[in-house]
Amino acid sequence: MSAVPTAANTQLLLAVDGVTVDFDGFKALNGFSMTLDRGALRVLIGPNGAGKSTLCDTIIGRVRATSGHVYFKGEDITHLPEYQIVQRGICRKFQMPGVLSSLTVLDNLLIAARSDRRWWRSMTAAASPAERARADEVLEQVGLIERRDMLAGELAHGEKQWLEIGMVVATDADLLLLDEPTAGMGPAETSRTAELIHSLLGRHAVLVIDHDMSFVEQLGGRVTVLHQGQFLKEGSVAQIRQDPDVAAVYLGRSEH
Amino acid sequence: MTAARPLLRHIWVVFLLLAAVAPWIVSPYELSLLGRFLALSILALGLVLVWGEAGILTLGQGVFFGLGGYVLAMHLKLAALTPGEIPDFMTWSGRSELPWWWQPFTSPSVALAAVIVVPGVCAALFAWAVFRRRVVGVYFALITQALALCFATLLVSQQESTGGFNGLTDFSTLLGFDFAAKGTVWTLYWITVAFVTLAFLGLRWLMRSRFGTMLRATRDGENRVRFLGHNPTPYKVVAFTISAMLAGIGGALFTLHAGVVSPALVGVVPSIEMVIWVAVGGRGSLWGAIAGTLLVNFAKDEISSALPDAWLYVLGLVFILVVTLMPRGVAGVIEDAFRRLRPGSPGGKVAAVTSPAGGAL
Repeated sequence: MSAVPTAANTQLLLAVDGVTVDFDGFKALNGFSMTLDRGALRVLIGPNGAGKSTLCDTIIGRVRATSGHVYFKGEDITHLPEYQIVQRGICRKFQMPGVLSSLTVLDNLLIAARSDRRWWRSMTAAASPAERARADEVLEQVGLIERRDMLAGELAHGEKQWLEIGMVVATDADLLLLDEPTAGMGPAETSRTAELIHSLLGRHAVLVIDHDMSFVEQLGGRVTVLHQGQFLKEGSVAQIRQDPDVAAVYLGRSEH
Repeated sequence: MTAARPLLRHIWVVFLLLAAVAPWIVSPYELSLLGRFLALSILALGLVLVWGEAGILTLGQGVFFGLGGYVLAMHLKLAALTPGEIPDFMTWSGRSELPWWWQPFTSPSVALAAVIVVPGVCAALFAWAVFRRRVVGVYFALITQALALCFATLLVSQQESTGGFNGLTDFSTLLGFDFAAKGTVWTLYWITVAFVTLAFLGLRWLMRSRFGTMLRATRDGENRVRFLGHNPTPYKVVAFTISAMLAGIGGALFTLHAGVVSPALVGVVPSIEMVIWVAVGGRGSLWGAIAGTLLVNFAKDEISSALPDAWLYVLGLVFILVVTLMPRGVAGVIEDAFRRLRPGSPGGKVAAVTSPAGGAL
């Protein structure tokens, strides 16, 4: 299966084409392919060890594909350094909250929103009004405007998760990868996170990894199921729920 | 940074005035010590940038200190000679000609520029090679320590061109000024104070700029910064290079005050001591680094003259106590005390800047 994008398909944002990641004989991803359109939502589920996080790692260049390619806006980004991949417009939220704990919430967002990333500019140029406006806009969006001047390390766990989502959003990336954005959250925080993600669609395409089925249901959208590094199924939440193959994969570890 | 510390914010003016009038207050011997230790504190200020801010523990600062000291000492050696003569130790080692790499240092302006340029270029090349490979934390510390060992060993082994274990000494004049004259000594002292002040203000500006924020961000989460689209390598390289240049300036000034530079000042043990000055003072604080340097070195002078063998044990003990009981050093203790005196003032950034960097030590 070839997913090499062409200029004709301008809606296509991301194309993962037959990616295999081989960790010394263990194939974390095995010839996996998928595509994602601009502004769209995709939820990636699968049992532990299915290769969800490895897929994210491969897209952002933390893990290198043994074979296969990742195309973003038609460009092969498989071998670019991480920061250049980010500069092309992909940003990822990690599973563990990765906020910069000794900086204020605002500074965290300003680093993310910084559009001129040349290091020598950091000595002379302060944050531009546009960047500050963007940071404040994101603070409102993730509901942390009152925490603006607090140190990120002093935030509650759920707030750290939102801050990191905010940082990812503030980069204005076209594709956001959210790896278990609701880990460690209660039901109320989880549904707020789902609303937050919905508010991002259109402007950003979002790829969410999670295995909390109630969260996946709140999110809606298309679901891709991964199993042992391979594509298993794709469909709406309802279709996936009723699929016998998916049920078999999840058998014995039913969470719903 | 915090709005709630008007007293501490301007206290540096008092210290600067005290430092400026010191020649009239203290004895010539104490002034000579103070001059040396202030020269060392320029190096310590650089460590605040690279260790406190960027979280990069380096155990090789003696190398850059030594480079700054040696390039100036080479000029001082040559300035004391008549044309055609070569330094005495070279004759003793059987050399009859000046090595080619000594020759540019006949010029005082080359030597003075080299004090900053040589450590800067060496540090930049080294840091770029290492940080690009993403060597971090304890591995980086070990490499820098090996570098210090290599440098000291090289100096000792190349006796005929470096002066070997004895180093370079017996200087008489700089730019025609006689080192024995009181006016020269005092001027040198004030120049040192001026450099400390410049380094302090320059670093304070840098740490408050976005560059400083990026350094702290890199310290907190280098990967997070990288995955926000920033390349952390240049920030770390620049911080390391600036600290090396400051170490070079400190080394050159120290050499002028002490009248000698030798491998014993630049090897592994001195390089570790440099880190301890900053740990004692507080690696998150510029004035703390100066205070720590003065404190530890005056203590070293006292203790070494009373109990010559005890110093290293005392130093080790002090280091253990500081790391376990006051991780933010003297500066942290004093800042906490001030905050307690002013209830209601927010913790703010002080706690943040000086919080221990993960994995640095």
